[in-house]
Amino acid sequence: MGSMTIREALLAALKQAATVLPHDVVTALQAARARETSSMGAAQLDAILENVAVARDGSIPLCQDTGIQTFFVEAGVHSPFLKDLKGWIGEAVVQATTDVPLRPNTVDPFTGKNPGDNSGRFMPFIHWELVEGDNVLISVLPKGGGSENMSALKMLSPGVGMVGIKKAVVEHIVSCRGWPCPPTIVGVGIGGGADIALKLGKKAVLREIGSQHVNPEAAELEHELLELLNMTGVGAMGVGGATTCLAVHVEYAHRHPASLPLGILVQCWADRRSRVRLKVDGTAEVMS
Amino acid sequence: MKRDLTLPIDGATARELRVGDILFLTGTIFTARDQAHLLMLEAQKSGEGIPFDPSQMALFHCGPVVAKRNGGWRIISAGPTTSIRMEIFEDKYLETFRPPIIIGKGGMGDRTQAALESVGAVYTHYTGGAGALAAARIESVEGVEWLEELGMPEATWFFKVKEFGPLLVTMDSAGGNLYKDLEPTIAENVKAVMVRIDAD
Repeated sequence: MGSMTIREALLAALKQAATVLPHDVVTALQAARARETSSMGAAQLDAILENVAVARDGSIPLCQDTGIQTFFVEAGVHSPFLKDLKGWIGEAVVQATTDVPLRPNTVDPFTGKNPGDNSGRFMPFIHWELVEGDNVLISVLPKGGGSENMSALKMLSPGVGMVGIKKAVVEHIVSCRGWPCPPTIVGVGIGGGADIALKLGKKAVLREIGSQHVNPEAAELEHELLELLNMTGVGAMGVGGATTCLAVHVEYAHRHPASLPLGILVQCWADRRSRVRLKVDGTAEVMS
Repeated sequence: MKRDLTLPIDGATARELRVGDILFLTGTIFTARDQAHLLMLEAQKSGEGIPFDPSQMALFHCGPVVAKRNGGWRIISAGPTTSIRMEIFEDKYLETFRPPIIIGKGGMGDRTQAALESVGAVYTHYTGGAGALAAARIESVEGVEWLEELGMPEATWFFKVKEFGPLLVTMDSAGGNLYKDLEPTIAENVKAVMVRIDAD
C-alpha cells in the first residue's frame, strides 16, 4: 500500500487485521494441515483455512470476535505527532467499528453497558514505548476474548528454574484444552515483575511466526516448548491432533532474586495483527 | 454419520444422535451467551416468560457481528464463542427450555453432560474462529431480542440457516463425550513430556 494520511492508514490497518490473516500464520496453518494425521484435527484445520479464504475474498472479519483493539506504539522521540496519536487511534477504532464493521466489544464492568463503538475508559488501550528517531511504528493487535481468558500469570519460586518454567507452560496449555481456539501462538514472558511478565508475553505474540529470539537460550526455549506442546495431542480446537501450537515466542527481563514471574499469553489461531509506520513528514503506510 | 436435520426436531431424533455424528442444520437457530442465558432464566423464574420456544430451535453460543443495511439486519461474521463459560447455568437452561441441540466450541463440563442426558439433547462443536464461514451459511436474520439491554454480542439473534455445519457431536445424551475419550491419551502424553523435561 502506498503513502496515505495517518487516519487512512490506521483505518486500513484495522480493517486488514480483522479480515486478512498474516501470511506467516497462513503458512503455519497450512503446514499444520499437511502433517495432521487425526481426521478430527484435520477437519478443523480445513475449516480454518476455508474460513481464512472466505474472509479475505469477501473483506469480512475472520472471526466474529474482532477483539479488544490493543496497540503497541514505538514512538520516535523526535516525531512531531506524539501529542495527536492517542486521539487519532481512538477515532480510527470508532470509525472502523462502523466501517469494517467490528463487533462493539467494550463493556462497562459496573453497569454492563456497551457504548457500541469500542470506546470506553482506557479503551482502546495503547502500550507506549519511546525509541530513538522521528518515525512512529504502531502495531495493531485485535485480540479475542476466548484466548485472552486462557492467559495466565504464575509467580514461580526461582529455585524451579527453566525446568519449572517448561512444566508450568505445558501444564497450563494442556489445561486450556480447546477453549482458546488452538492451534495457538503462545507468548511466554519471563521476569520483570507480575505485570511486566504478562506484557512481555503479549508483546512476544506480535512477532512473526518463524522468527526466533535473538538470545540463543531464549530461542532454544522457544523450539523446545513448541515441540513439547505438540506432543500433548490436544490438537486443533481440542478435538485431538498433532498441532496444538503454531509457535512459542519468548520474551524476558531481568528479575528480582526472590521472584520468577511467568506470563503465559495465549493467542488463538486467528493471530490478527497489522502495523502502521508514521513518518516525520506526516505520511503513513500500512506495512505487510 | 452425516445427518441433515431440519428444525424443529423431535425428542426421539435428538436422543439418537451420537458422538462423532456430523450435523448440517436447516431452520431457525438462536444465539445466547452469558447475559442472555441469565436474562431468560430470570424471566422464566419471575413468571414473565420468554417470547419464543427454544425447544423448536438450536441454541448457538455466539456473539455475532451484525450490521444494519438498507433497513434490515445483515449478518457479517458469526462463529461460536467458548461454551465453557455457560457451564455455570447451562444445566438449568437445558432443563427449563429444552433446546435439543447446542452449538458451541471447546466443549462443556459434567453438569451440562448430566443435563444433556436427562433432557435428551446433544452438544455440537463448530470450528472456533470460523465466523466468516458460518456467516456464509446464514440466509437471513429473522429477528433479535434484548438488543437494547444487552448490546450486539450478548443479544439473542434469530438466524434462518441452510445446511449450517459441519457440526461435530462431541457430547451426547447417552453419556458419550469426545473430550473425556481424549483424556487418557493426553494424560499419557503429558507424562512423557514431563519425563523428557526432567531428563534434560
